[in-house]
Amino acid sequence: MGVPDTGMSQRLVNWARAKSPWITVYNSGACNACDIEIIACLMPRFDVERFGILVKGSPRHADILIVTGHVTLKQASRLRRVWEQMPEPKYVIAMGACGASGGVFHGLYHMVESVDCVVPVDVYVAGCPPRPDEIINAVVTCLNLLEEDAAHGGKEWRQKKPATGVDAEGKSCTVVS
Amino acid sequence: MPEVVVSIGPQHPALKEPVNFKIVADGEKIVRLELDLSYNHRGIEKAAEQRNFIRVLPLLERVCGICSHSHATVFSKGIEEIMGLEIPPRAQYIRTIIAELERMHSHLLWLGVAAHVIGFNTLFMWTWRDREAVQDTLEEMSGNRVHYGMNEIGGVRRDLTPAQVEAALERLPALEERIKKYVEMVNSEETMLIRFRDVGKMSREEALKYGAVGPTARASGVDYDVRRDDPYLAYAEVPWNVITDTHGDVYGRTRVRVGELWESTQIVRYCLENLPAGPIRVDAPKNAPKGEILSRYEAPRGELAHFIRTNGTDKVERVDIRTPTLANWTSVAVCLVNQNIADIPVIVAAIDPCLSCTSRMTVVNRVDKEGR
Repeated sequence: MGVPDTGMSQRLVNWARAKSPWITVYNSGACNACDIEIIACLMPRFDVERFGILVKGSPRHADILIVTGHVTLKQASRLRRVWEQMPEPKYVIAMGACGASGGVFHGLYHMVESVDCVVPVDVYVAGCPPRPDEIINAVVTCLNLLEEDAAHGGKEWRQKKPATGVDAEGKSCTVVS
Repeated sequence: MPEVVVSIGPQHPALKEPVNFKIVADGEKIVRLELDLSYNHRGIEKAAEQRNFIRVLPLLERVCGICSHSHATVFSKGIEEIMGLEIPPRAQYIRTIIAELERMHSHLLWLGVAAHVIGFNTLFMWTWRDREAVQDTLEEMSGNRVHYGMNEIGGVRRDLTPAQVEAALERLPALEERIKKYVEMVNSEETMLIRFRDVGKMSREEALKYGAVGPTARASGVDYDVRRDDPYLAYAEVPWNVITDTHGDVYGRTRVRVGELWESTQIVRYCLENLPAGPIRVDAPKNAPKGEILSRYEAPRGELAHFIRTNGTDKVERVDIRTPTLANWTSVAVCLVNQNIADIPVIVAAIDPCLSCTSRMTVVNRVDKEGR
């Protein structure tokens, strides 16, 4: 990338992407609380569809991956594969206290330290679980990032180094800042 | 025709939670089901042994995000019994109110999901809209929409103010009206009757044989509810009925859950109107004496049991969590046999599976590659 593509078609694609981001949710070992709050976002009261946000089952169709919960060792490689299947540009939201640091589960024997050990995270949402309005705020923050990245021609301007993923023992963890 | 293995999960558009199904099918008919429940295993039971009673409650609440109050209550109930504490009646009533509100939000959630899997999205939207009224009440009372944090050993942490009681009572009539509408819909809506009737049938004998619990068992005519048969909290004082049904299929399970929704509103109403005055907690000692207890509780999905062993310190020596979903998986495997592949989501959803509660460790023997 490097040089921003300012062609007409690329500008159209960027505009369309920011107006209708598609989301996929991956439960990497959460307690369900974050998942039901995401579904509550789709419901008449919060209604994220008014922002053009749709939840899709397949990661191949998605722009934004929401990872709910901490990552169990068994799920780490699956999460990495789901993330690898998403087309560029892709964004990751880590939900709740567990997504950021493990929350109450920090340090248990079957846990990876945090989501950003496995995939690079763009937005963290605080709370246990976050309220639906905070989830909507996170997605909107993600959309602003998307527009900024399009202007910079890629994500590299704000990333130091990418996450490497973990091995089977959960040891080779490189945290992205 | 040769048998075909259809593998579903752990990430699949139709699944909300990570689980792996291996469905062996002969044509359109299901022959057998193989399950892998280990994706969500976190090691909570081990972690619970390392934390004292104050720190373990928030951890146990996060076993499951839908029945979080159940896990905290059943654990504190057990520890209080070991310690020999008498819980003030006001605390019992507050726990009952939160427990029944939780059952309401869980059953409304389930009704929506069940409607969603048969493609009836209108009802999905309706129930989840009505669920927000319950969530608002819970948020007013506890400060959080999902993990309430109301329990502590010896009582509850927050009192209900008269304003909160009044606000909750104001929301109830609208909810009751909606629930009446759902009772009517379940019995008359053609979409639901076609997809739910005679699907996933299980007889009373099978339900008893395979150890089904909760609404799944009650829909097959098993008249058993821990709230009545082994009363705890304020259930012995509250007038309410156990809902059973004789259909034994998904339709019966829907009727039981919708009936329980109505009973829950009545329990909440009774408890709010007859809330006793007095303290909301007693002082609990730091250490629990040596002892063992099996604490039982009727969670929204069925009977939840915590086996607790204490050893005279401020930590448990062992806590074993037997969740209702684990007991019900066997019945799913039985119900699925000889059903159509297209009915898998309905039958699986009918037990209201909660994988985060249920996740078990799988030990793989690397030499002969056998899991157990």
